[in-house]
Amino acid sequence: MKRFLLSALVVILSSLFIGCSATDKQPVEDVELLISAAASLTDALEELKGTFEEEHEGVRLTYNFGSSGKLATNIENGAPSDVFLSASTKDMNALEEKGLIINESRKDFTSNALVLIAPKDSSIEIASFEDIDREALDHIAVGEPESVPVGRYTKETFETLDLWEPLQEKLVLGSDVRQVLTHVEMGNADVGVVYSSDAFISDDVIVLAESNPEWHEPIVYPGAVVKDSKHREAAQQFLDYVTSDAGIETLQKFGFK
Amino acid sequence: MLEMDYSPLILSLKVAAISTFFVFIVGVMIAYYLAKRDFFGKSILEALFLLPLVLPPTVVGFGLLVLFGKKGWIGSWLLEWFDFQIVFTWIGAVIASIVVSFPLMYQSAAAAFESLDERLSNAARTMGASEWRVFFTIVFPLAWPGLLAGLVLSFARGLGEFGATLMLAGYIPGKTDTIPMAIYFAVESGQMGKATFWVLIIIIFGFSLILWVNWWSKRNIRRFTRI
Repeated sequence: MKRFLLSALVVILSSLFIGCSATDKQPVEDVELLISAAASLTDALEELKGTFEEEHEGVRLTYNFGSSGKLATNIENGAPSDVFLSASTKDMNALEEKGLIINESRKDFTSNALVLIAPKDSSIEIASFEDIDREALDHIAVGEPESVPVGRYTKETFETLDLWEPLQEKLVLGSDVRQVLTHVEMGNADVGVVYSSDAFISDDVIVLAESNPEWHEPIVYPGAVVKDSKHREAAQQFLDYVTSDAGIETLQKFGFK
Repeated sequence: MLEMDYSPLILSLKVAAISTFFVFIVGVMIAYYLAKRDFFGKSILEALFLLPLVLPPTVVGFGLLVLFGKKGWIGSWLLEWFDFQIVFTWIGAVIASIVVSFPLMYQSAAAAFESLDERLSNAARTMGASEWRVFFTIVFPLAWPGLLAGLVLSFARGLGEFGATLMLAGYIPGKTDTIPMAIYFAVESGQMGKATFWVLIIIIFGFSLILWVNWWSKRNIRRFTRI
């Protein structure tokens, strides 16, 4: 056992040294940008990575995907990051108040919409959120309104339409937007409410209706360069690229507005 | 904490009690049947019984959805023939609780039965006692301390079940919100007062349950040894 531990230690240590020497040999002008981004942006950003790196030689992108709240906390605690792409204004505001981002770089780069979805083979006919008939549905999957952003927007929408109270006992509250999607994908909920970008990446649901943006707070995605960034110029370049025509086109391809 | 909704407490107790009832009967029956038998594949069968104990709750929950979902193997059948839906009902919570607490009951019962002296049962049989009578007058009373431990563990496990329940029963306030779910969503939304209240309730419950079982088994073991 002792010998095994010892050899394991040797392997780990030597791999560490190899790792170090590999990064040491990198040319100086190579820039690695660390992008902290909301999980819902995963697919769109992975595609952007290819075209961005092609156009900007010497700049490499490394993504760190997570919930916006968690990423903001990480940045507050000094986790290295060059750009923050958030799914909620609340988390970006928190960083701005603490002076952790470059205020001039802050920009809303995309937005999302709420959509009413049903399982692919569903025969339910609902043309708009206003048509939701409580008699015809057993279960409606939505995000938990206090803790899940998509649930908060859904509640606002239903309240505007005077549907929140009457639908109350049919609402299955998911712990995140993925769970809401799963409930509908598996056919356990008759309908559900998710972001259009989530509905877009699922092959097992159909979109019945889109919400009117006036029914809820705008769902915007703010992005900004992080103050502690050592590559501010490249970071700004990337942020500009996300809001360029090419960036917008890619985001729209994945269901963003 | 102005207005407190106590429905999670009542629901949790109801779910844990019903699930423990079924788990106890089925667990005891299967454990007794298997205890004195040895056959090819017994270890595999036992490993299968204990699997929910080691699997992540989300895996158990996903498996249950595949089985009991509206389009699941069993779920679609129940819906078609009996118009009965398990997913997103409190019965879903009972089923999730049964599946995760069964291993505890089975393990305790199997250990209790295997440690029994077979000669006592055989003596009763030579005197003409039926298998039922042997079970209820000899095996069951002798195995009771072990069975009770399994019973209490199953109840406690059912009371605390969260992951698989959230997936199968969903979170419908007033209908399927057990105490663990109330705690989870209270913490997620920053309602620390509410979360603390339920955490205290469940700690007090779990603690007194374990305390009582320990006290009870100590007292009874003393009584058994004195005879």
